[in-house]
Amino acid sequence: MTEPAITPELVAKHNLTPDEYKKILELLGREPSYTELGIFSVMWSEHCSYKNTRPLLKTFPTKSKKILVGAGEENAGIIDIGDGLAIAFKIESHNHPSAVEPFQGAATGVGGIVRDIFTMGARPICSVNSLRFGPITNGEGRAGCPQPAERRGADTAPYQELTAQQIANNKRLFAGVVAGIAHYGNCFGIPTIAGEVYFDKSYEGNPLVNAFCLGVLRHEQIARGAAKGIGNPVFYVGPPTGRDGLAGASFASQDLTEESAEQQRGAVQVGDPFMEKLVCEACLELLATGAVAGIQDMGAAGLTCSTCETAARAGTGIEIELDKVPQRAPNMTSYDLMLSESQERMLIIVHKGREEEVKRIFDKWDLPWSEIGFVTDTGRMVVKQHGNVVADIPAKKIADESPVYQREAREPVYLKEVRAFRLDEIPQSPDPGRDLLTLLAWPTIASKNWVYRQYDHMVRDGSAICPGSDAAVLRIKSDSLPDLVGRDSVEPKFSEDRAREDSRPTIPEKLIALTVDGNGAYVYLDPYEGGKIVVTEAARNLACSGAVPLGVTDNLNYGNPFKPELFWQLKESVRGLADACQAFNTPVTGGNCSLYNQSPAGPIDPTPTVAMVGLIEKPEHITTQWFKDEGDAVVLLGEPVDANDPLLGLGGSAWLQAVHGKKTGTPPRCDLEPARTLHTTLLGLIQSGLIKSAHDCSEGGLAVCLAESCISQLVARGTPRLIGAAIDLSLVGRESARAQKSEGEQKSGLDGVPPHRIDALLFGETQSRVVITCNPLDAVKVVERAKLLGVPAVQIGRVGGDQLSIKTAAGELSVPAAELHDRWWNAIARAMV
Amino acid sequence: MNFAVLQFPASNCDQDAIHALRDVLGHPARYVWHKETSLGDADAVIVPGGFSYGDYLRCGAIARFSPVMQAVKQFADNGGLVLGICNGFQVLTEAGLLPGALVRNRDLQFHCEHIFLKTATPDSPFTNKIPEGKWLKIPIAHGEGCYFADEETLAELKANNRILWQYCSATGELTEGANPNGSLLNIAGICNERRNVAGLMPHPERACERLLASDDGRWIFESMIATLQNRTVAKAA
Repeated sequence: MTEPAITPELVAKHNLTPDEYKKILELLGREPSYTELGIFSVMWSEHCSYKNTRPLLKTFPTKSKKILVGAGEENAGIIDIGDGLAIAFKIESHNHPSAVEPFQGAATGVGGIVRDIFTMGARPICSVNSLRFGPITNGEGRAGCPQPAERRGADTAPYQELTAQQIANNKRLFAGVVAGIAHYGNCFGIPTIAGEVYFDKSYEGNPLVNAFCLGVLRHEQIARGAAKGIGNPVFYVGPPTGRDGLAGASFASQDLTEESAEQQRGAVQVGDPFMEKLVCEACLELLATGAVAGIQDMGAAGLTCSTCETAARAGTGIEIELDKVPQRAPNMTSYDLMLSESQERMLIIVHKGREEEVKRIFDKWDLPWSEIGFVTDTGRMVVKQHGNVVADIPAKKIADESPVYQREAREPVYLKEVRAFRLDEIPQSPDPGRDLLTLLAWPTIASKNWVYRQYDHMVRDGSAICPGSDAAVLRIKSDSLPDLVGRDSVEPKFSEDRAREDSRPTIPEKLIALTVDGNGAYVYLDPYEGGKIVVTEAARNLACSGAVPLGVTDNLNYGNPFKPELFWQLKESVRGLADACQAFNTPVTGGNCSLYNQSPAGPIDPTPTVAMVGLIEKPEHITTQWFKDEGDAVVLLGEPVDANDPLLGLGGSAWLQAVHGKKTGTPPRCDLEPARTLHTTLLGLIQSGLIKSAHDCSEGGLAVCLAESCISQLVARGTPRLIGAAIDLSLVGRESARAQKSEGEQKSGLDGVPPHRIDALLFGETQSRVVITCNPLDAVKVVERAKLLGVPAVQIGRVGGDQLSIKTAAGELSVPAAELHDRWWNAIARAMV
Repeated sequence: MNFAVLQFPASNCDQDAIHALRDVLGHPARYVWHKETSLGDADAVIVPGGFSYGDYLRCGAIARFSPVMQAVKQFADNGGLVLGICNGFQVLTEAGLLPGALVRNRDLQFHCEHIFLKTATPDSPFTNKIPEGKWLKIPIAHGEGCYFADEETLAELKANNRILWQYCSATGELTEGANPNGSLLNIAGICNERRNVAGLMPHPERACERLLASDDGRWIFESMIATLQNRTVAKAA
């Protein structure tokens, strides 16, 4: 078969710039073949090379004593959790495929990240996801906002009703993505234990699907993706290679347009979780034998990426024969085979002489396999087909020497308008009770039970806290780990088996907490502060559940990096993320960048999502967000309202968006030092056994936090446990207002001081606040101890009754817990009917 | 008591069953690979949850042909205790060891949530230790758990007390709202005529420890263990 001639048009079609092509000519010393051009295009796509983001990623803190495998070294980072155990975790996006084909796009997103984890030698034990879609309801949840210059139309687009077709399309994408995640995770047998979902116009037509997986292993079980040992055979295992997912990595690295979506449907892969399960079990069994020299999954850029990267890491070369690659379709070209992203395939480098062990295990699991090549000392990646060399590229150069760009950044014009926004434009809430119900039913805040009920979140017997609290909590037990020796199928004899099982080393059980967070609206309105808030909220969620944070993995979802205003969003928010990660001592262990996220209507809100993992020392420290017992004291930790914020925490708030249809105003400030003090103080209180519940204030502010604490405990299907609370903020609001009006003034009577706006007090999103409850007899002790450690603390009420009533100096509200629950619990199911 | 836990290639609750039986309840338990033809010296068999062979065709449709299932049939014919959980229940109905079928949930969605179970009769090796009036809180996790059978079969199940568990509300009522999947008569689990083979959609192995929100699932395994112990005593006498 003759390959097409290389023309400038063909180069451009591969998303390679003329400069990049020049670099290819230099690297090879000749013109590339068509197959080689394809290889370069995927290896130098943003998805694989991070060419536009690498300089920014370097600013993340990535080191700590606990890091065993750091960011960028391998397929996933690994952190020590003590007692010889470690966790491997990573988040990765599958945005573009999910926009085109939501079910398979999301399913294969899960499959890809699960493979990244077991490739490290870890047993995948939980998955988490972070999702964004366009609005699924009209009316509530409207948000008009100042627009980036690149966005179509006027600078300030007033809110427009979505058409029925737009709503239907958003719902289709949402339902499809959730079903795809459920399909893959449930069949594979991994609990999908946490997640978050936001709905906003900016994600219309370009949903975000960020999938996270965590695995566990012993330190000595860490596997490497390196092609070590000259002469070692290279095995291919997994289903045959087809034409599905051709060049998905480069598809993911260009603007998503209606046209591209239509054309690129073939770039979406089809997932087979059953196959993944077999491959995972076989690989873990194989790794236990010690016969494996190196292992790498074929993810983005399939055979290309796995061969180049393993050779580059080991400083070796690799030679493969495409005729030996199992093929699904006849007449596949070398270009097809090298660029296919068929799922569930692995590349395994085996110690020479141990091939038989490997084959035996693959056969046990009925897996297709083939010996396709060997490791060389040439430093080159050589690909042969039908006796001809079709690609011959220096492996290290293509993997490590991709172009790196410093893109131009310019502060977006829209921010001027955002900063000019003042509350005077907004009338005080006439009916805060109604606003609270509106917020609870706003799909971004509403209970996500419609989503997580479709995910098996309990398989593997480790889910101590299921979705529905601030953070999920997972137990790691002996059988969570990969086996140390391969399990043989022999004639069952319980007597022998018992002896073997008894000699099995047991480990002390561990508890880890997980959360994923990312408020894109904040980042849009103030990238630096917004970036800090993303990390801080994740850390706060972990603190509320009783965990000490260990590290994070981040997914950067942004628009086109060639647009200076969009690149500025990226740059500024990365600065915020990095500063916050530094402050909480949570190194970044790896992650993913997804650029070019935009729909025909414009770019998405800049959306970094951060998954943070922490360790809970003892089971009795596990803390949940819901109120426990009648009569318990309700205490607010943190400043009720940031008196120095001219918008009193309402900038970018859910209240402004859901009730007033405005996504604007400078979001609340996020000071890292007080945040850190709050987290350590809260953790100390939890560890001393004084705290019965802890829930952080985030979207919807204090009122939503209190409401959720009343209604979020689920006993079983159709059986929520509802409990009311009587809250009095009349003094709190006045004291805080006085601090704003007359700073430095000595304490005097509160008379004559106008109280804060009731909406600011109830729905403001001032950062670093947590609502906790304790036995009433401990309340004074808790408040005093918090204050002593530098955290503002005040008792604001009592748990009890069947109403949530909140009194303030500017008015009050009282709503039955059952009504709050109904609005919150059923909102998404009602929208999806 | 020796428990054999079957392992199909995509079983994914096999490990949980072993954990509950061995690590929590303290009884020997081991995997039996689907290609094996013998159950060895097992006293009871658990057919665990998961997706057996991927279940793209119909849940459990392929598993019934596996070598190990022929051994399970033999074992059941000899009176051995067999409990199918979730996918295991589906496999047992496909294999003809239990009547009826499990079809797509009423709302066509996968459901993972805790439900309450009412035990319809203490008269079985799987229910004899469950305290009267105790509604078991146990999770479900399935997309195809809607129990279906023809009128005749249902009448037969009712007449012979072969319905073992039914979905109920927190107060023990067999309501429509408590039924997560549309099962006829709120059926969550049944047994065969000889009462030695049972299947249920909920996962008792996920409810054996307080850390995991409920330990009500233990009652089902404790019933099996008590039955086996009584048999051993009877044999010795």
